[in-house]
Amino acid sequence: MTALLEAKGLTAGYDQTAVLHGLDFVVEEGGITTLLGANGAGKTTTLRAICGMIRTGGEIRFGAERIDGRATEDIVRRGIAHVPDGRGTFMEMTVEENFRLGAYIRRDPEVAADFERMFAYFPRLKQRYRQQAGTLSGGEQQMLAIARALLLRPRLLLLDEPSFGLAPLVVQEIFGIMQRIREKQGVSILLVEQNANLALELADRAYLLETGRIVIAGPAAEIRQDEAIRRSYLGY
Amino acid sequence: MSASKGLPVAAARGAEQVAGHSWAPLVILVLLLLALAPAFLVEGYRLFQLTLAVIYALAILGLNIVTGYNGQISLGHGAFYAVGAYTAAILMAHFEVPYWATLPVAALVCAALGYGIGFPALRLGSLYLALTTFSLAVAVPQILKYKAFEDWTGGVQGLFIFKPDPPFGLPLSNDQWMYIFTVLVAATLFILSWNLLRSRIGRALLAIRDQPVAAEAMGMNLAQLKTRTFAVSAMITGIAGALSAIAVEFVSPDSFSVILSITLFVGMVVGGVASILGTVFGGLFVVFVPNLAEDISKAAPGVIYGIILIAFLFLLPTGFAGFLRRLVVPLLRRRRSAQAMSSNGR
Amino acid sequence: MDGLAHQLIAGIATGGIYASVALALVVIYQATHHINFAQGAMATFSTYIAYMLIQAEVPYWAAFFATVALSFIIGVLIERILLRPMHNAPVLTHVGIFIGLLLAISDLCGWLFDYTVKSFPTPFDAGGPMLGGLISGHELGSTAVTLSMLILIYLFFRHTSLGLATRAAAYNPVSSRLVGIRVGWMLAVGWGLAAAIGAVAGMMIAPVVFLEPNMMLGILLYAFAGALLGGIDNPGGAVLGGFAVGIIENLGGAYLVGTELKLTLALIIIIGVLLIRPNGLFGRVLVSRV
Repeated sequence: MTALLEAKGLTAGYDQTAVLHGLDFVVEEGGITTLLGANGAGKTTTLRAICGMIRTGGEIRFGAERIDGRATEDIVRRGIAHVPDGRGTFMEMTVEENFRLGAYIRRDPEVAADFERMFAYFPRLKQRYRQQAGTLSGGEQQMLAIARALLLRPRLLLLDEPSFGLAPLVVQEIFGIMQRIREKQGVSILLVEQNANLALELADRAYLLETGRIVIAGPAAEIRQDEAIRRSYLGY
Repeated sequence: MSASKGLPVAAARGAEQVAGHSWAPLVILVLLLLALAPAFLVEGYRLFQLTLAVIYALAILGLNIVTGYNGQISLGHGAFYAVGAYTAAILMAHFEVPYWATLPVAALVCAALGYGIGFPALRLGSLYLALTTFSLAVAVPQILKYKAFEDWTGGVQGLFIFKPDPPFGLPLSNDQWMYIFTVLVAATLFILSWNLLRSRIGRALLAIRDQPVAAEAMGMNLAQLKTRTFAVSAMITGIAGALSAIAVEFVSPDSFSVILSITLFVGMVVGGVASILGTVFGGLFVVFVPNLAEDISKAAPGVIYGIILIAFLFLLPTGFAGFLRRLVVPLLRRRRSAQAMSSNGR
Repeated sequence: MDGLAHQLIAGIATGGIYASVALALVVIYQATHHINFAQGAMATFSTYIAYMLIQAEVPYWAAFFATVALSFIIGVLIERILLRPMHNAPVLTHVGIFIGLLLAISDLCGWLFDYTVKSFPTPFDAGGPMLGGLISGHELGSTAVTLSMLILIYLFFRHTSLGLATRAAAYNPVSSRLVGIRVGWMLAVGWGLAAAIGAVAGMMIAPVVFLEPNMMLGILLYAFAGALLGGIDNPGGAVLGGFAVGIIENLGGAYLVGTELKLTLALIIIIGVLLIRPNGLFGRVLVSRV
């Protein structure tokens, strides 16, 4: 499998504080890679670094070209969609407007077909199409955020804690949909999660972050079965 | 152990504090003498301009207290300046009150006015407050011209008064005495304000500006503090206005147009928000840069002034005081860490 | 009765001007969270450009649209060159820059075009009153122009992709970047639009108040008041606020205090409203979570 995204010696921080201290990782094409770790380990920072939302050092390659140092909107236009923590919903706008914004940069004629596909994945969004996005429930907003990101037809999807603040049943529903998406769309996914169990079930490959450094890397199945790692790092 | 490490550090700090305290009055005295020097070195129009610069600096100090430190935007401080000026002029022209006695009266009138405006201001968010104060500035010249008040205000023609003679028969010209008097009044108010702003109250003002909800949660009475701040701020600017009436020897409605409020605002931003040293720079800027602009281009001085202002803010967005802070703070940090290291015996 | 009706309609006509400038202020405010104090001066400058074109024998409507296009470009340039490098500066510094812009542009107008008051032509029948003597041709025409413009702006924002992107960039720049919107350019579009709106307003008011460098000062103040009256975050409210201010000003000036104090009166009324409803008549009360 080829590497779709590759980071070498990635450093990043906010103001005077350094958060990431030289990360090396790979997201393979067509697979789901997960980034695990406790609060404050630097998972969200990593996703922000990839999208150019903060200053970085080191190298990030997407496909063949370097994307570190570029503006967020340029990186997005190259095919990376990011569902941030907090979901990034356009609250004052309707679901429909959020959809249109998701597809904003696309000029191809298949946008309408993609809208239909999103309705198939997330029927509730079709019901609430003309409603203001801020009035949707937490789970529905998460679905809207994922739909918006997929409407970009990205090659890589970054998901920041999709289970956050959601009831377990809703989380199951969303993770189920993500499985279907991975099978049908061929989108590569980089998943940041605190819920390690769920993430390891879904993913092919896992990295564990601790205070800005990668301490464990390997196939998700192996890590899931390694009791020592699970107990000391993942808490279960 | 920590006790033995603690003692030398504490001793060093204590020494610094004591030293710091005994330095302050000396520094103030030196600054005061420097400020008074121009009375004997400069004369005529230049001395008058310097007098005005000091007066503007004082007015800007008032604005800085309410907007810079306390975060309540006022685009209408010219109104307080005008009220102070007219109070002094009316007292001197109609009631023959001596010049120095007009200052306390102007102070009281403006403080009351500021307090009165502070109340409704509490309810308004910053934009709305900006509009309201701006309207005040626009309204003041119109009210001053109003025919019903003409007997007092002199209407469109205004009032004429005279600069005072120096007291005790001192061998100074009227201009020199005016300058010295202005500096003494301003210096007193500057020192009092500096003390106030360094104290708990000053920190409370900043807290209200930056995190009003947290400030209130910590038990500060926002309403009381904010209205009193408005009162103090209006009072100081009002005193400056009174001084200006005496220095210029003339008041008329058109000298207190909206431009004045804008000028004070510009002086505050250029000097540096929430900085006392900055207001002095601001006063100098708004008096001398327009002249400079006129020298550069008689035909379009406003264009030059606008360009200078924009360029200045481009280069120094936090004003003159912000620029000084950027220079001095890293030096202080180095000194302090050097002291800490030396007292740790490394 | 005749007088009242006429004052009312005249109030609506000038209200249309205030509504336009108020809309321009709100557009910039929503995009940048700054109030452009130089809006009036920019509009005056645009009107002078139109004046020059007309003096050079360019037909009125050609000059009109050329001026609107030029003003759009000038607005974009000001945002890109002057404001973009400063976007991290404190709010008060921004106000200082707008003030500098205001002073420079006003004086530039005076220097380039001198301070004598000039008469500006109207494309509408300026003479005889129409509609049974209630309204002049110009008042009717300018109201129609400002209303059409406001409708076009509304359609732009609600129903075009670019309009959607501009709104999104203003509400939520971070999320907008994440869908690929070039937020910087959207801000520039907002400024360009505001400048164009100001130009139209200037060209509509100049025949009434005559063209001179400080023409728009009073109008800017009324527009600002109208925007706040309606609620600074609500374009529809700002427009209604502008009309309301026009009516209050005209009626107040005619029946209550005369022209000398009508500005003061209008402002007192507006401030009174704000004290009762601090966020404007239609503004949203934002609950902030700490």
